[in-house]
Amino acid sequence: MNIFDFFRERKKETPASIAKERLQIIVAHERGQRSQPDYLPALQKELVEVIRKYVNIDQDQVHVALENQGSCSILELNITLPDR
Amino acid sequence: MAKILVVTSGKGGVGKTTTSAAIGTGLALRGHKTVIVDFDVGLRNLDLIMGCERRVVYDFVNVVNGEATLTQALIKDKRLENLYVLAASQTRDKDALTQEGVEKIINELRENFEYVVCDSPAGIEKGAHLAMYFADEAIVVTNPEVSSVRDSDRMLGLLASKSRRAEKGEEPIKEHLLLTRYNPERVTKGEMLGVEDVEEILAIRLLGVIPESQAVLKASNQGVPVILDDQSDAGQAYSDAVDRLLGKEVPHRFLDVQKKGLMQRLFGAR
Repeated sequence: MNIFDFFRERKKETPASIAKERLQIIVAHERGQRSQPDYLPALQKELVEVIRKYVNIDQDQVHVALENQGSCSILELNITLPDR
Repeated sequence: MAKILVVTSGKGGVGKTTTSAAIGTGLALRGHKTVIVDFDVGLRNLDLIMGCERRVVYDFVNVVNGEATLTQALIKDKRLENLYVLAASQTRDKDALTQEGVEKIINELRENFEYVVCDSPAGIEKGAHLAMYFADEAIVVTNPEVSSVRDSDRMLGLLASKSRRAEKGEEPIKEHLLLTRYNPERVTKGEMLGVEDVEEILAIRLLGVIPESQAVLKASNQGVPVILDDQSDAGQAYSDAVDRLLGKEVPHRFLDVQKKGLMQRLFGAR
């Protein structure tokens, strides 16, 4: 083991560990989307367009989520308006 | 009752056809009457890997269209008594396979075989969908590499939602992870995802780990399923995987770096 390996060990940032971390994030994200109905992205897009008529917001400032609780589903809409 | 196995991955080039040939041959070696079915319409390759490319007269689509009987289209393996291959069609017609057509053939194969191994094409299009739709068990072939792992996870999602079992609300498809092209040396150096990493991300039971091996290219060059090369690491790893598929408890091999002996070091033998 040379001195560079020593520092690398300490940081634990191997290419494999970076790959694992990136995968865990993207896979969790995609699994979350999988359980949602297909119309959610379209709904979100149209909502943004409607709100944009009045307030200037970005796509990522609208958060739409559907939660299932027993027999009822809750459509949660979260819109961040820009600072005045 | 016959078991329908699908070998799938999402990503291309990870070893689906190599695996289908090896697992199918391994099942036949253990006395189970097995057929391996190529679902890759337009890009037929299982015949080459199995070494029967010159004996293909009729294919899957011919049988679906009633131009040949299943008996005429099934190619009997020259090496093993219990092993048959059904070749994919080389047609460019994307709609050559229909769900009804595939169902009819699968049902007919179910009556005559113990195992039907479906070699899925890459992607998540129609061919891949039809290959997995009727499956009882799935072998998800994955390389220790980001795009392959991500695609495998996507495939797992489809297996859980778009298969016949999922649609009918039956017991879900049993999923197995087969990690191929594994390089223990690079894993030790932290350059490659380890088997535990991939298991943790995909969270399905591990069927086997096939080491990156020169035996695989050698076997495909000769049209011999690599499992028949019982001296090779890949062949032995596939053999273990088949035993596990049949319910045996076999410890995993080839996960650690093989230490070279003095003689090997001196003469560079592999």
